[in-house]
Amino acid sequence: MSLGAELGRRLRERDLGAAPPTLNLLESTTPADRAQAAALLGEVSPARLRGEAAGHIVGVTGPPGAGKSTLLSALLHAWRSRGRTVAMLAVDPSSRRSGGALLGDRARIEFDPADRGVFIRSTAAGERLGGLAWGTRAAAQALAAAFDVVVIETVGVGQAETEVAEVADTVVVVVQPGSGDVLQFLKSGIMEIPDLLVVTKADLGQIALSARRDLSAALRSLGRRSTQVLAVSSLPPPTGIDELRESLDERRRELGRDGARALTARRLRARRAGALTDFTVEHGQRGLRALGGRRAAEHWLAAQEPTLDEPALRALLEGRMASP
Amino acid sequence: MSDQHGAPSDHRLPERDRPWMMRTYAGHSTAKASNELYRKNLEKGQTGLSVAFDLPTQTGYDPDDELARGEVGKVGVPVSHRGDMATLMDGIPLGEMNTSMTINATAAWLLALYIVAAEEQGVAQERLQGTTQNDIIKEFLARGTYAFPPAPSMRLIADMIAYTVEHVPRWNPINICSYHLQEAGATPVQEIAYAMSNAIAVLDAARERLGERADELMGQVFGRISFFVNAGVRFVEEHAKLRAMGILWEELGRERYGVQDPRLLRFRYGVQVNSLGLTEAQPENNVQRIVLEALAVTIGRDARARAIQLPAWNEALGLPRPWDQQWSLRIQQVLAYETDILEYPDIFEGSKVMEGLVAELLEGARAEIAVVAEHGGAVEAVPYMKGALVDSHRERIRRIEAGEQIVVGQNRYTETEISPLTADAEGGILVVDHAVEAAQIEAVRRWRSTREEAAVDAALAELARVARAEDENLMPPTIAAARAGATTGEWSRTLREVFGSYRAPTGVGEASATPADDADGAGGPAAHELAELRAQVAALAERLGRRPKILVGKPGLDGHSNGAEQIAVRARDVGMDVVYEGIRLTPAQIAASALQEGVHVIGLSILSGSHRELIPAVIEALREAGVQAPVVVGGIIPEQDVAPLEQAGVAAVYTPKDFDLTRIMRDIVALVDEQSAVPASA
Repeated sequence: MSLGAELGRRLRERDLGAAPPTLNLLESTTPADRAQAAALLGEVSPARLRGEAAGHIVGVTGPPGAGKSTLLSALLHAWRSRGRTVAMLAVDPSSRRSGGALLGDRARIEFDPADRGVFIRSTAAGERLGGLAWGTRAAAQALAAAFDVVVIETVGVGQAETEVAEVADTVVVVVQPGSGDVLQFLKSGIMEIPDLLVVTKADLGQIALSARRDLSAALRSLGRRSTQVLAVSSLPPPTGIDELRESLDERRRELGRDGARALTARRLRARRAGALTDFTVEHGQRGLRALGGRRAAEHWLAAQEPTLDEPALRALLEGRMASP
Repeated sequence: MSDQHGAPSDHRLPERDRPWMMRTYAGHSTAKASNELYRKNLEKGQTGLSVAFDLPTQTGYDPDDELARGEVGKVGVPVSHRGDMATLMDGIPLGEMNTSMTINATAAWLLALYIVAAEEQGVAQERLQGTTQNDIIKEFLARGTYAFPPAPSMRLIADMIAYTVEHVPRWNPINICSYHLQEAGATPVQEIAYAMSNAIAVLDAARERLGERADELMGQVFGRISFFVNAGVRFVEEHAKLRAMGILWEELGRERYGVQDPRLLRFRYGVQVNSLGLTEAQPENNVQRIVLEALAVTIGRDARARAIQLPAWNEALGLPRPWDQQWSLRIQQVLAYETDILEYPDIFEGSKVMEGLVAELLEGARAEIAVVAEHGGAVEAVPYMKGALVDSHRERIRRIEAGEQIVVGQNRYTETEISPLTADAEGGILVVDHAVEAAQIEAVRRWRSTREEAAVDAALAELARVARAEDENLMPPTIAAARAGATTGEWSRTLREVFGSYRAPTGVGEASATPADDADGAGGPAAHELAELRAQVAALAERLGRRPKILVGKPGLDGHSNGAEQIAVRARDVGMDVVYEGIRLTPAQIAASALQEGVHVIGLSILSGSHRELIPAVIEALREAGVQAPVVVGGIIPEQDVAPLEQAGVAAVYTPKDFDLTRIMRDIVALVDEQSAVPASA
């Protein structure tokens, strides 16, 4: 069995030790590794799994300094204390300078190094605006077969969260009280409306309360009563963390109702959009024109077999480009 | 010391000034061994004590804690309970002694142990004299031995100030440290500005803590705040720096805190001169550096140090022996008793150069103090200041690499005869007996088994209650816990449970790119080399399929992260992905990170002398986790320890004489290149 297929099999069997080599492979850009990566993703495709991967892919985003790492640290403990396994993909915003990047987020998340139910990987953000790191999307899809929760952490509000929103089942935006940006972005429509809004630093009292009230009001005025706004404090004694965990778990249960109709729709959309994104990065506008433009390509993708994984969909697009 | 100028002439004092207090920063192995050292030093003419605690004591762990491994008794003395403190001070009359303790996060606890040790000698706390360093902001910025988050740390300091001002009135509860800022690369302006900003944060917190009594007590509080400064080899400018600090301090007292009494407004400081500039290459040259630096803090009467401790010539090699420390004490004695500096009024009065330098520094410092204030004060500005320090330090290294700043024996005049000073078997340093740790573990367990457990539990429960009740002072329950026989680890754990733990910002994310970056190799040979290396890294990345990734971290309790930060920033600058993990990591944490992050190489830094235990432990943990990536080590590693480390599996060892970071990077890149030629098993 090839390395990629072997790793895929291990993930399918929920072998968490397969996570590090999986990431090493999915992050690689050599042609040989990419062929292996395609084999890996094929092994955890809905076709192979007979359904969508069971893990909950949660995107967590927010402006720098909003307290995401501290929050995630607390959330990680809340999940672990209930026996949930958690993978975190931390996408560092530090713009690449001279190609290199400093990834410092990991140090801020506390966990027991002997705990095999936790996996944390840091990567530098991609060069595209709002982009995830190369391989992060594929990693989220692959790890969702083995872990109960896969968190993608990114920084930024506005443009930056679009790709997270594309791949995540649930999007959480984290803000700290007193930062007006989020309100502005929501109102102006720059930011897609998240599934959950978390106001941190609830220990600040009145300021946090009024921030929460303002956000709720903004959401109501936009007709989004279903979006929950939660206030948390990660400082001891932490508050609101368990409610947040419960909300996220409830949200995953909801996505799984009626034969996982909502989850399937969301994942399917993610795979199709992802395949088209990668195709466009590789082949540019010329590639898109060969497919008859973006709309036509999207339309054509929507007609393909729903259980196909991303590399398979992309291969189909490439085949169509070669012989339309 | 007389301040009267009823002198027979303008250029001579009526009588010679009394010398400053002379100390030696000392302590190692055990309380008993350190006590013997102190008594010997006092016999040699030392006039005060300066206690060096080991890292577990400084960060609040008992010797048997996992994190204490390899660190017990290394850089100072382990003090776990009142029994240890009594042994440490045995035969030293605490009513007369002036004791300075380099202790910060756990300062309240060590002061409590000292108070209890004095009680046992029959000395009331009102009579105690000395200083607890207790400056937590610089721990976040530069030194790394913090234990609690910023807010509760500031509360502990304010509680100590409020307590001592009433009950231990001759004690300096805090020494605002600019010393470590210079060690972390601060320019004179940064050193002044950050120290003053830090003092403002402390004084504001104390004022709030005193509440209604602030008006009555603020003058006394202000008068009890002293400074701990640094002095580098540019001794004229360094002297100007101290004059500038004196001016700013008085201004601050008058304007911000309404202090009127000139005695309370006086800028009082102790000093340890610069260690950053001491070299491993031709270490005998450090003696003249130390002498000149000592001159900076003694030469002008208006800004003379109250207390001085000098480093030893061999600090960059390892821990100094009693003889090395004696040499440093003798330097002070020659300055004080043989030279004539104590016979004159201030010799710089009316000097255009000095006035000009002071004015320049004042202007720069005022501007920088304003920047820190805009960030919301020193506590909030920690990430900003940390980033600025990392930047300054990097600029310093760049200047040395490029030969713009001359360091004799290191980047110029490097040819040398073999030094007889380092010719002995140990290489001219103190080697702490490795059996000390096991003995201390045994001792603290024995202590716990013989004390009255119920009394300890009750004392710690009360401590926790007061910690949660924010309006009560933590000192009384801390002293009660010390009396009951609680340990350093128990006191800290109790507070950690209430306050939470904390990791300080690393500063590396805030640091900007190497200035030579954009010059496309136009910035001299160093920039050329950088560009060349960057191309190599890019080619390697192509072959690997992803960027070469390095994990940089510090195992153990040593918080001196400057070197590790510089390595991290430079690795980024040559194009690597850098997982910077910061300080205080266990071998298991490093192994887990290396595995999960899929790094190609691991860089570890240790300065505390615990490398012989910790590095092999990390390598073992890595191999157990199945990580094959090579390990390189940097730090204060004595020559004779290099071979054993290499045998344990270390690929390369770097010491302070390897100042050329680009060269280190070239080695590391070559190492990754070599490894990648070997097919990995994923």
